[in-house]
Amino acid sequence: MNEELAVSSRRLVDPLLPHPVPIRRVVWETDDTFTLLLEPGGANGADFSFAPGQFNMLYAFGVGESAISISSDPYKPNIIAHTIHRVGAVTSALSRLKRGNFVGLRGPFGTSWPIDKAKGRDICIIAGGIGLAPLRPALYALFHRRKEYGRIMLLYGARSPLDLLYRVELEQWGKHYDVDVVVTVDRADSSWKGHIGVVTGLFNYVKLDAPATTAMVCGPEIMMYYAVEELLQRGVFEENIYLSMERNMKCAVGFCGHCQFGPKFICKDGPVFALPQVRFFLDKKEI
Amino acid sequence: MQPENLAEVLRNHPFLSSLPEQHLQTLLSCASNVMFHEGQYLFHEGEEATKFYLIRTGKVALEVHARERGPIRIQTVGPNEVLGWSWLISPYRWHFDAFAVEDVRAFALDGTCLRTKCEVDHDFGYEMLSRFAQVLEQRLVATRLQLLDVYGSSYAGVRA
Repeated sequence: MNEELAVSSRRLVDPLLPHPVPIRRVVWETDDTFTLLLEPGGANGADFSFAPGQFNMLYAFGVGESAISISSDPYKPNIIAHTIHRVGAVTSALSRLKRGNFVGLRGPFGTSWPIDKAKGRDICIIAGGIGLAPLRPALYALFHRRKEYGRIMLLYGARSPLDLLYRVELEQWGKHYDVDVVVTVDRADSSWKGHIGVVTGLFNYVKLDAPATTAMVCGPEIMMYYAVEELLQRGVFEENIYLSMERNMKCAVGFCGHCQFGPKFICKDGPVFALPQVRFFLDKKEI
Repeated sequence: MQPENLAEVLRNHPFLSSLPEQHLQTLLSCASNVMFHEGQYLFHEGEEATKFYLIRTGKVALEVHARERGPIRIQTVGPNEVLGWSWLISPYRWHFDAFAVEDVRAFALDGTCLRTKCEVDHDFGYEMLSRFAQVLEQRLVATRLQLLDVYGSSYAGVRA
């Protein structure tokens, strides 16, 4: 289905021209992270579809653009979600928008998670912080075809219990979709009954059949580096490990060069890469 | 229900994976099955560290007490993991409190007994030390990562 999604992934008109899209709802996930639910077909009836892992360029009018991963269900493309961490001028401007306001949208751009390629295999999803957002569409896609996959594991790390994204869904995924959801936080008070520690420590709590496992990883680069080390050490083949990389982006179509990562452009060759494509550059300070 | 074979269960704990049989027998002579109920403390900061634990089920939180903030949980230890290395390092005192967040089943290994055996059998002592060194290294890396606050505001999750 991922290939079908990729084939049907359609951009809104000109890839360099922001298209005004209305906000249907704003959901605050944590103190500094919110989700914009957009109606991409709302303005002119144009349809929109995307593959899990792709991103859009969101334009806060008069302020600027940010590349934001799509975090909603690819089977429901009439409403698309972007979960956004408020950290700079553009994301702060986006955070002030309300239902009925418009954002400029370009996209979708980039490569996607290997949903089809991983058919019949176990799936280990490792997410850190807001890195869960680009992985959520992959989870939805897997749930739609749950019987076609083996064990699904989600290892998720966040700063504190209050920084966990999609808290209600995390519980539902475990119950309704036969997913081993294991969550950890870096710090917590005594009211937290879950795990405390780094996300790589969670491997001790899942049964990993390494040769049969495809891993999808998204989070801060240093977290991904250690997650990859752990996966390799446990015997997962490097060609079965996929990462979503982050770099500054401007054009999103491979013209400007802002997102160059070694010989690749994150915007058009990524953001999702198989590990062999990027492993050499992962620990290079200059890249 | 068959009674558990302690040697078999110990052998299957990841911390003791591939441990030579004679060393396993040495450990076995210092091992016992223990259980702690949710809300119970396994040990307290400053007490003499006489044991370490191989957790089988449940979860233990390591806590440090700050006068103004009360207990702060800094790490949890769960199934298939090892709790406590202070039995091995002088002055053999616990540095943290260990609190059972859930009911805990574990093997308790008598540290005093093991230290004596490490002195007598240096091969066994080296085996123990190298295994605990791995745990220490993992915890050190994990602690540094936690200190980095990698999910803080520097990680935007956006690409512009």
